Amino acid sequence: MSELVLKNVGKRYGETVVLERLNLTLTAGDFCAVVGASGAGKSTFLKLLLSELQPSEGTITLGGRPLPPEPGPERGVVYQRYSVFPHLSVLDNVRFGLERTHGDPLFGRTWGARRRALRAEAEALVDAVGLSAARDRFPGALSGGMQQRLALAQTLALKPELLLLDEPFGALDPGNKKAAHDLLKTLWRDRGMTVVMVTHDLSEAFTLAKRVLVLDKTREDPHNPERYGASLTYDIPVDNGLPPREAAPRELSA
Amino acid sequence: MRRLLNLQPSKPLRLALFLAPLGALLLAYLVFSDARLAENPQDRLLPAFSTMGDTLLRMATEPDRRSGELLFWLDTRVSLQRLALGVGLGALTALILGVASGLLPLAGASLSPFLAIIAMIPPLAILPILLIAFGVGELAKVLLIAIGVGPFIARDLEGRVRELPRELLIKAQTLGAGTWQTLWHVVLPQITPRLFDAIRLSLGAAWLFLIAAEAIASTEGLGYRIFLMRRYLAMDLILPYVAWMTLLAWLLDYGLRVLSRRLFPWYGAAGNKR
Repeated sequence: MSELVLKNVGKRYGETVVLERLNLTLTAGDFCAVVGASGAGKSTFLKLLLSELQPSEGTITLGGRPLPPEPGPERGVVYQRYSVFPHLSVLDNVRFGLERTHGDPLFGRTWGARRRALRAEAEALVDAVGLSAARDRFPGALSGGMQQRLALAQTLALKPELLLLDEPFGALDPGNKKAAHDLLKTLWRDRGMTVVMVTHDLSEAFTLAKRVLVLDKTREDPHNPERYGASLTYDIPVDNGLPPREAAPRELSA
Repeated sequence: MRRLLNLQPSKPLRLALFLAPLGALLLAYLVFSDARLAENPQDRLLPAFSTMGDTLLRMATEPDRRSGELLFWLDTRVSLQRLALGVGLGALTALILGVASGLLPLAGASLSPFLAIIAMIPPLAILPILLIAFGVGELAKVLLIAIGVGPFIARDLEGRVRELPRELLIKAQTLGAGTWQTLWHVVLPQITPRLFDAIRLSLGAAWLFLIAAEAIASTEGLGYRIFLMRRYLAMDLILPYVAWMTLLAWLLDYGLRVLSRRLFPWYGAAGNKR
């Protein structure tokens, strides 16, 4: 299992400092929520963890190794929107990652027994997120809550070491949100991946996460507001009734 | 009385409103045609529908005395073939260039401004160059259509690829896809229905270039025929030919729309309402 460590990480665009002096250690299986006001750099923080952006200073390591410079299958992501491929059916969306990582190097396709095994694996995941009835439908025909459940299944198919969530349930109505929360909790408990969730919903952060991190500016220069960026100001452990995670065995791929 | 902008036509009224301008056009033609023919039965400018029907029937069923061909069908076949080859060649090239330019920043740095410049060349202005370089054969005409519609489609697709949510490209990478697999499994499938849209939009221009090329250098084809018959003021042939080309253009557009909906049920509102 991999530990995520940020050492003195900062991100600036020219003169504008967005993030500075981020220091953080997430042990394997941690579930942390990152909250902060709009413009506090939550999205930038997530993009750094995803390698969509490179830090201007400092280092990020995952499992002791420097974070790869490009997004890859060791890190999964679920966005608020555009998380699933609109041209693929529910099942094919879940199969996408399995096929690409197990298939031939050129087209990323599999054949025969392996194809059937991966298909069965994908079907099991679709069942696990409660979408068996919608298996052959396109995402456009799904409700927002179903799309986000699909996005979770699609991402978890590759068993990423680190699961990144960018306001994943921000667009859902309260009922769907509650259902999605329950699903995420179950999946996290069963699979034991490290989760970093960015959200502006404080109650969501405290319901789901074991740790809530706050991004905020510690220093202000009234004459030059862009001189200082946000940093991690609070690291709040949460006792939300979830049993402390034991060293649950991570499912190993056959 | 409700406001005009809130008034919806009922179903029969909608049909009547649809038919009204077409009927008015036909009626006006009939009235003027009758008036001219009453004055001079030899008048060629506004022939009667029966004359046009006879001429078209003769073109479609009686072999030409010189070549032994059924000219109407020959013209149709040759023109559609040029149109298909030209649009096909243009669209395929445009797909490759547009997608490369839109997806890969390295390719875009070179292709994007290049396509913008190429698209500014008036295609008809290079027709003489094509005729000089490739002669008066099929190639020059096909190339004119391809060059006429290609840059437009390429720039459209380039924009469409850039409009694809960044999230989807990142997502594909986190699911193990590299550049080529992202292109093949994410970008191409999502851009193909947009290619259909772009082709439909460019068909009007394609017809324009087809007719222009045929008018200038050809020995058969729908455009060639109407420009040939212009010399004889043969409106009884030109008018039905124009109507036939209109019908063909509409059928192509309709066919592409239906095909696109069949092939890409997920695309557009139709896919979301399944």
